Amino acid sequence: MLTFSTGNKAVATAVKDAKTVVVAAYPITPQTEVVEETANNVASGALKARYIPVESEHSSMGACIGAAATGVRTFTATSSHGLVYMCEQIHMSAAARLPIVMANANRALGPGWNIGAEHTDSMSMRDSGWLQAYVSTVQEAYDTTLMAFRIAENENVLLPVMINLDGFLLTHITQPMDTIDDLGDYLPPTNTPHAIDINNPGGYGTLTPPTEHFKFRHDIQRGMKDSVAVIEDAQADFAKRFGRTYGMYEEYLCDDADVVIVAAGTLAKESEVAADILRKEGIKAGVLRIRWLRPFPDLTAALKGKDVVVIDRDYSFGLGGILVNEIRTKALEAFIGKDGKANLPFSVIAGLGGQEVTYDDIADFVRNRKSGGELWFGVTE
Amino acid sequence: MAEIPDEEFILKTTSACAGCSASLILRYVTKAAGKDTVLVIPACCTSVIQGVYPNTAVNVPVYNVAFASAAAVASGMSEAFRAVGKKTNVICFAGDGGTVDIGIQALSGALERGTDFLYICYDNEAYSNTGMQRSGATPIGAKTTTTPLGKNEYKKDLDAIVEAHNPVYMATACSAYPVDLYNKVKKALSIPGPKFIHVLSPCPPGWRFPSEKTIELGKLAVTSGMWLLYERENGKLTITGASKAAMKKSTPIEDYLKAQGRFRTATPEDIAMLKENSKRKMARLAHEAEAQAAEAEEA
Repeated sequence: MLTFSTGNKAVATAVKDAKTVVVAAYPITPQTEVVEETANNVASGALKARYIPVESEHSSMGACIGAAATGVRTFTATSSHGLVYMCEQIHMSAAARLPIVMANANRALGPGWNIGAEHTDSMSMRDSGWLQAYVSTVQEAYDTTLMAFRIAENENVLLPVMINLDGFLLTHITQPMDTIDDLGDYLPPTNTPHAIDINNPGGYGTLTPPTEHFKFRHDIQRGMKDSVAVIEDAQADFAKRFGRTYGMYEEYLCDDADVVIVAAGTLAKESEVAADILRKEGIKAGVLRIRWLRPFPDLTAALKGKDVVVIDRDYSFGLGGILVNEIRTKALEAFIGKDGKANLPFSVIAGLGGQEVTYDDIADFVRNRKSGGELWFGVTE
Repeated sequence: MAEIPDEEFILKTTSACAGCSASLILRYVTKAAGKDTVLVIPACCTSVIQGVYPNTAVNVPVYNVAFASAAAVASGMSEAFRAVGKKTNVICFAGDGGTVDIGIQALSGALERGTDFLYICYDNEAYSNTGMQRSGATPIGAKTTTTPLGKNEYKKDLDAIVEAHNPVYMATACSAYPVDLYNKVKKALSIPGPKFIHVLSPCPPGWRFPSEKTIELGKLAVTSGMWLLYERENGKLTITGASKAAMKKSTPIEDYLKAQGRFRTATPEDIAMLKENSKRKMARLAHEAEAQAAEAEEA
């Protein structure tokens, strides 16, 4: 059904359409509408779920762990301080191999208090074993939330999935959204192989010696590796059934591009307009939007031989932009020319704390790119 | 006296210390709860007692969770079971550290939300699993590895905190009185809603007494009035078991203190405060029981 929705409401609608059984969440700006909308859906009977109004984010993920352990479909949503407050549970839910789905409204961390968009919150969780998607439109927020359940619950994955949407820039904007009236069997019922079974009692998370611990950690990496095929299948089947196509990453005018802008979330959408402007000037620009940060896609072929400008709405202090460093690591060969010389990405740090970044600004980043350089947009030393 | 079933859910392969009260409590709790039960266990002695992967000494599912989150995990588990029509008992089995200190927020939240679960705090009055550091439940005068001169502060009144949440059922118990404990667990699990039982759990290595004296220590705690046995059903107070006699005439608190190494350096002021605290608690309970009886008579 074609309707209008905010990013937050899109997530809540997908949670309803997925017939989620337990939702435990704690409100935090700018995610609050997801919680309110879900509470309303449960109160009205539109969603036959248990909504647990927990007293904190550590407990929201705790409650999700308890619910998912019994084998039911489970969801929560958070943002920023809420996400880092539940950090312990983020790691534990992944290590417990529980297919929990969570939406995170990307927001800066304090002090000082700032509720604007920033990716440092979720990217600081990138080593936890959670799959992470970054969406850029309301429609994509809805579609990806639905897919997330299928991916997380797949027996070859059994890892939690985080859907990240930029605080305010996507959570609070209204766009057209086409909801799916009948999902058919796109989302099969949950079938968690290690769900608690009182007829087959066992210890979960007991003291574990190093040999087994090591094996369990390797199993997470295997699940993460296998998740690529599961994501691709979930996206292909989604396209076949519902007509909307998604990839591990999205390319805009990249084929003949000399310079490619890489970004995640709404900044990547803004970059498409910048590419159009640059092309009118004769600069053949394209955009590669990171959709899945974990598992991280192989971008070597996509970026080979191109100038690359990476925009990070995040930062790892003492290292650099998180995206640009992931890309340098995972697509290193793309940046080494035939002559053996490196043409490293130009790193732009922009949009922290909801800083306004326009397509004109992005076009400027491209015009002024310096191989291997780093620019903090708007900061004069 | 209740007929306690022969079926054991705690097998003879635990990694508990000799004379451990916690494993005794766990044994009677699981006997009362039966097979259709999941235990939710935060970091505590029972993390160790249950055994090492791939083995387990517990014959019901045990879910080990983050230190601060036992009651939160139990919330999710209980709601999920109820959502699919299962009546499975969800029981948190947590130490005093995981309850009165790091876990109190999650406990408060779960009680306030009316979660259908039973929370059992086995209280050995210190962080025993990490080698006996002070907790909010350590009594005044007790020596721990982080209070080398004895603790200066009162034991946190966990029962008053829980009571303030108006749970459908709450009780205290002691490992030395397993039948009383068994009956309380049985009763708690027969009532839907949030239930809480606080069990004193004398700890031989932590409290520094010989491991064969565990039961004796528990009895001394109760007969001296240092630990009171009672229950509240929807607020209605009943003093139970040996505490009925102890509240009329108690044995000397010194007998309880002298039986343990942890109070060896307790000062006369510490002991006076322990006595005063015990007296005050008994008086408060006696007053409340009388008031309730008078109210019942009027009605």
